[in-house]
Amino acid sequence: MDILPILSTLRRHKLTAWLLILEIALTCAIVCNAVFLIGQRLQRMDMPSGVAEHELLQIQVADVTTPSNPYARLAEDVALLRQVPGVQSVASSNQVPFGGSSSNGNIRLDPAQPERTLSATTYFGENIPQTLGTRLVSGRDLQSDDFVDVETAMKGLSTGDSKSLPHVTLITQTLAERLWPGQNSLGRLIYLTPTVGLRVVGVLDSLVRPNAFDPAKAQFTMVVPLRMGANKDQSYVIRTRPEDRAKVLAAAVAALKKADPDRVVTTRRSFDEVRRKFFQDDRAMAGILTGVIAALLIVTALGIVGLASFWVAQRRRTIGVRRALGATRSNILHYFQTENFVLATLGIALGMALAFGMNLFLMTHYELPRLPAVYFPVGAVLLWLIGQLAVLGPALRAAAVPPVVATRSV
Amino acid sequence: MFDYYLNLALRSLRRNKVLTALMIITLALGIGASITTLTVLRLLSGDPLPQKSAQLFYAQVDPYTRDGYVPGKTKPQRLMAYPDAMNLLHAHQARRQAAMALTDAKIAPLHAGEHPFFSDGVMTTADFFTMFDAPFRYGGGWTADDDESRAQVVVISDFLNDRLFGGASSVGRTIRVNDHDLRIIGVLKPWAPQPRFYAQGLGGRSYGDGDAVFLPLQTARAASMDPQNDDCWAVADTSKLETAPCIWLGFWAELSSDGEVAAYRQFLSNYVQQQIALGRFYRPEVALSDLPQWLRDEKVVPDDVRLQAGLAFGFLLICVVNTVGLLLAKCLRRSQEIGVRRALGATRRAIFAQFMVEAGIVGMAGGLPGLVFAELGLWCIRHQPAEYAGLAHLDVHMFFLTFLVALVASMIAGLLPAWRASLLAPGSQLKAA
Repeated sequence: MDILPILSTLRRHKLTAWLLILEIALTCAIVCNAVFLIGQRLQRMDMPSGVAEHELLQIQVADVTTPSNPYARLAEDVALLRQVPGVQSVASSNQVPFGGSSSNGNIRLDPAQPERTLSATTYFGENIPQTLGTRLVSGRDLQSDDFVDVETAMKGLSTGDSKSLPHVTLITQTLAERLWPGQNSLGRLIYLTPTVGLRVVGVLDSLVRPNAFDPAKAQFTMVVPLRMGANKDQSYVIRTRPEDRAKVLAAAVAALKKADPDRVVTTRRSFDEVRRKFFQDDRAMAGILTGVIAALLIVTALGIVGLASFWVAQRRRTIGVRRALGATRSNILHYFQTENFVLATLGIALGMALAFGMNLFLMTHYELPRLPAVYFPVGAVLLWLIGQLAVLGPALRAAAVPPVVATRSV
Repeated sequence: MFDYYLNLALRSLRRNKVLTALMIITLALGIGASITTLTVLRLLSGDPLPQKSAQLFYAQVDPYTRDGYVPGKTKPQRLMAYPDAMNLLHAHQARRQAAMALTDAKIAPLHAGEHPFFSDGVMTTADFFTMFDAPFRYGGGWTADDDESRAQVVVISDFLNDRLFGGASSVGRTIRVNDHDLRIIGVLKPWAPQPRFYAQGLGGRSYGDGDAVFLPLQTARAASMDPQNDDCWAVADTSKLETAPCIWLGFWAELSSDGEVAAYRQFLSNYVQQQIALGRFYRPEVALSDLPQWLRDEKVVPDDVRLQAGLAFGFLLICVVNTVGLLLAKCLRRSQEIGVRRALGATRRAIFAQFMVEAGIVGMAGGLPGLVFAELGLWCIRHQPAEYAGLAHLDVHMFFLTFLVALVASMIAGLLPAWRASLLAPGSQLKAA
């Protein structure tokens, strides 16, 4: 296919050709960035939690009359839940992965250091690693004599009595590697308070923090042996088989309500719901962006159809002449396809520059990373495809123009 | 003359129905998307108290240690510690001032057999209602003396009053909140500022229903009601938040002139310097932001919504470019007609006007389906999980704005084709035919 006649024709329709190129360029720029944004959101939504998400349930209850002994109350509740048929394991925890609100502590490796090393989230409660289903990579699990009641610990803090504070902790692999790169972390000390160090007794495979907004810090997690007692911020986490979840959740809530009909169940959900809720804004945004991309491509395709139809109608006579002079139907078809390809290529080239500029703008205003180069070919291929699809109809109509048109006067 | 152009335009649009429909639909899509996102943006960036927002200031001081502090770069903490909030409150340096935190209020049923329930509560101080213009249906707020004496009183919302007392005045009656009997001294009229500016940073949602109960801060704390949000700079006994190294209160002041604002800012700085001298504080930064500024700092309009609005206008731009192309194609096809009209004495201006009218008709015609697309878009927004979802409705302003945007977009799209058409020389076109 000779490209020169196409170029010389386009030169006679400079304005319309430029408009089409501009439209393709704008579409290409927005589509590249939108696809990139969708990728970012999907990647975030895929963030691993390190727990057996499909086997877990979360229940929170609020007591109407504050129990006289919250620790006994919690122990009773946990015992009740363990008896519910289908329950494999029960934990109590001050927070849950992707639960949103998080308790954090400032870690120092030397109590005298003026600045914290980093901030990590702290899980307090019993049975957390076993129930959540995160694997112990090395060391040991927390044992019942490690645990301290939170009130005792609080008193210890005020009086400076270091014996009444917890002395050991579990940490994640990621945190261990960040604190002591390439070294064994077992037996080392972490200081959350200036007086007492927590000895690392076990390293967990992975446990995500409740408010995992920054993937780099999502696994900065500690589990500290503090017994919290029953209160409305405490969660009961239940492990069961995935297919039993609905049944077990209903039975567990019924059991808790039966123990005290006046208490209010404030949260009852599976971990699938916890994750869905945590990432709901990302999902919504990805959906909207997909919609925008679809709408943009449709509008651009319609624009191409419109202009191509117009050109075909305008050149009916020329096409007739070419056909009469021996051009085949496929010659005519290819002519229009190539013309569209040329315009699309120019548009895409311009669009790439625009996409880059748009990304720079987004980087400064919305804290987005740089657009990776892979997204450019994605946009290019999409627009070439859309262009070819859109031009096919008008091009086929052009190919169907009979040679005899050449002999008719307009 | 306008009638004639209208006639010509309609005739021309009818002649090429497919192309006309294409233009109208693409323009409508762009308008629908823009109006949808504009409605959401307007909803989110609204002023919760238009008559007063310029006089309300959010004060910040920073009791945190040197941990992670970068002089000049670290912004002061969003919340205040109890001693600082009380010191500022008792200094009475502003016309009105109030400290506040959000809490879950457990409300006992009035009748046996009903279950207790949790409602949104605000623990605050006396000036809250007058400072924020919260309107009372029955009774009124409490006094500064009630604050200090931990009076067992409460102000409830209209919806809680409806639920518990069927809407009749409940002033003087008693409700049980967190196991404490409180006397109702006021019932508010429906009051739910959007965004819920006073809840920013306190751990509550930013949009939606108002709060159900308002209690004196110290009364609520004595009933062991905890704030939704607290942040501690050291491991602390959080059961005694008043003395713990924790921040959990928001602090607002009413200041009505630039002089008062400057004086208050100076007062805050002096206070912080004094605390540094006492060894309580390390960081010297203070902030005093008026309500609109505070909402901007808090990013109450999410970045995602801005991004969506940007996208929608990018989309509209593409739709306009598309319409320019199609209008241009149509007008070039009618070169002969234009040539004839010019030869018969029509001026350039007349040709230009004729094509602009045609573009305007396309715009107005696009406005109607644009409105439908916008309603469809808002319907989708209402079914999203966002807090503001239920509030996204098209109002009269946006209704007219839809047609204005449609008209302006189509006129812009029409400029180039109309200008091109008006440039055509009569002679050459006639010859070609």
